[in-house]
Amino acid sequence: MSTLTAKRSGRRPRRSILPWLATPALLLFTGFAVVPLVGVFALSFTTWDGIGSIRVTGLTSWRAVLTDPGLPHALWVTFLVMAVSWAVQTPLSILLGTFLAGRQRYRAVLGVVYFIPLMLSSAAIAIAYEALLDPNFGLGAGLGVEALSKDWLGRPGLAFGVVIFVVSWQFVPFHSLIYQGGVQQIPKSLYEAAQLDGAGRVRQFFSITLPQLKYTIITSSTLMVVGSLTFFDLIFVLTEGGPGDATRVLALDMYKRGFQASLMGPASAIAVILVLVGLALALLLRRLGGRDAAASQLEGAS
Amino acid sequence: MALSRRTLLGLAAAVPVSAALAACSGSSGPGKGGAATYWYLNGQPQEGVRAGAVDAFNKANPDTQIEDTTYQNDAYKTKIKTAIGAGQAPTVIWGWGGGTLRAYAEAGQVEDLTPWFDENPDVKKGLFPSSFGAATVDGKIYAMPCETVQPIILYYNKRVFDRVKVDPPESWDDIMALVPKFNAKGIAPFALGGQSRWTNMMWLEFLFDRIGGPEVFQAAIEGEKNAWSHPDAIKALTALQDLVKADGFVKGFSSITADSNADQALLYTDRAAMMLHGAWSYGIQQADGGDFVSSDSLGFMNFPAVEGGKGDLSNTVGNPAQYLSISAKASAEQKKIAKDFFATGILQEEEVKQWIGNGSVPIRLGTEKLLAESDNAEFLQFTYDVASKAKVFVQSWDQALSPTAAETLLDNIVKLFQLSISPQQFASNLNAVTAA
Repeated sequence: MSTLTAKRSGRRPRRSILPWLATPALLLFTGFAVVPLVGVFALSFTTWDGIGSIRVTGLTSWRAVLTDPGLPHALWVTFLVMAVSWAVQTPLSILLGTFLAGRQRYRAVLGVVYFIPLMLSSAAIAIAYEALLDPNFGLGAGLGVEALSKDWLGRPGLAFGVVIFVVSWQFVPFHSLIYQGGVQQIPKSLYEAAQLDGAGRVRQFFSITLPQLKYTIITSSTLMVVGSLTFFDLIFVLTEGGPGDATRVLALDMYKRGFQASLMGPASAIAVILVLVGLALALLLRRLGGRDAAASQLEGAS
Repeated sequence: MALSRRTLLGLAAAVPVSAALAACSGSSGPGKGGAATYWYLNGQPQEGVRAGAVDAFNKANPDTQIEDTTYQNDAYKTKIKTAIGAGQAPTVIWGWGGGTLRAYAEAGQVEDLTPWFDENPDVKKGLFPSSFGAATVDGKIYAMPCETVQPIILYYNKRVFDRVKVDPPESWDDIMALVPKFNAKGIAPFALGGQSRWTNMMWLEFLFDRIGGPEVFQAAIEGEKNAWSHPDAIKALTALQDLVKADGFVKGFSSITADSNADQALLYTDRAAMMLHGAWSYGIQQADGGDFVSSDSLGFMNFPAVEGGKGDLSNTVGNPAQYLSISAKASAEQKKIAKDFFATGILQEEEVKQWIGNGSVPIRLGTEKLLAESDNAEFLQFTYDVASKAKVFVQSWDQALSPTAAETLLDNIVKLFQLSISPQQFASNLNAVTAA
């Protein structure tokens, strides 16, 4: 009996300390995520120009947003940015990550070099690219390469391509890092067995590396997809959503309505939509990856 | 024991977080203590003059200080709006008057300065009368006009005109005839920083005025129904698209920003022949263009007539002045400092001299002699005449309209320049936001 009670009393403090450990994160989350979210939700039922008094106007803002042809367009652009940047970044990151997972020293050096874009702020990257892409004083004109001096930010298709390129340039290093870690965790024994069976490099990559990276792919994809919803600074500085509204993603649409056009009600409605879309996507990706989460990822899987 | 250590660690982790949270609140906020705060735009050479006026005032009044902070143009427009909405506005609010000032005034965020101007009639008498229009909302003055008058001017590069052996345009038809001549020589007819949007707007401001007279846009400001569908408005919008279709603007203009002054660089590097830009551009070309200005290669004129148009040729568009308002939320002490600054710190002799030195015309009356003595006498005299002799001085549209309408305007102007919407679509999109 006495040993039992001792055990129990030994466990109790642990139970009471766990919630405490979560408190800082919870406080931050409540203060900086939940409270503003509730505020935004409330604001979406009002009319406010950001300066004067706030008037409750029911569904006016929602009606204005939902009937505006700008909303489906912004949703479509957001989806395109998400899908295309995922499709560009994922293969590149997997290949780079696999390459960097090798232990050779030159690969470590390259790894550091590849990492540099991640250390720059989005705004700085956008300003640098804006200057490089200037059709008259940019890279193309400077090097005398006609192919490079296009109206990069002035044609809808080109501007969209530039956004995808710059986003990928900035974030491929981060995802490569994730994949590098993933590849390094794959047991060597799998490769040794495959080599004994006479599998070549390509075969090893498709039959061992890729399947073993499944969860890493899901993690990285979640970050990419949900992260792409919040692309704002880069696009704002690079194109301001232009030309016209060719690169106006949802986050930018929200900012422009709220802070430039002084329509805080509709902007809040868009913010709510943005949150819902983000939650739905995160949930969907978890479902996709989580179905056989119990199955072993390592040796047992083969 | 191990558990209690974990508790300690947990607490240790929590303390800095809560400390950081506590540090977040409390600090910042408008003007601690008695000093008045003042936010304005950075970017030389204007920033130096603004800072100089504040420094001179602070030196002359050691007891009443003004703390100044500077912001980049586009960032400032958002920042000041947010700050005012959050009750964190600086004591002195720098701005462009017009529609934005109206929004501030209607929300009771800025002080009514009418009584103060009545008590200090000399202050008002010393400034350009035309500058008070954009400071007035429903008959009350909510801002003190300051700094310089900035009409929009048609600049041209004399070197390029000589090389192509053509004369500066005297009408819209001349402009359209010049376009193929410059294009044939590989020179862009007009430089344009199209990504900045308001740069494109200047073209419409002039075309509307020259074709239909100032009444067309005035109707839009006053919220008249279908004001933008006026036949003259459609004619102006069509004329503009004709110029775009004729390759009148530099290739890739939609990728060029005005913030980097790349549009002006095109003009002084002989890659473009002409440019429609604000009077402030003269100082930039002088500073960045090497001997472009000093060798008398820069020509300037008021926008020419459009055949069959109704607008008076003396009419101009642009910024009649810049404006300083006082936040209604400031303390009585801060308001007093701000008013002293308005009376004794704004456009004093030294500041006036510096503006003139930068190639701008300050809105103080009676500076003809200083202007004539300046190195830039020809340009300054020209600007002074344009500004003071204009029958109508139309305020820049994006400043005159409400912020909501201005945003729609700028968005649609870009689409108009890209030929992705027709003049009729442009008109109906704008009718939807300006009609009262």
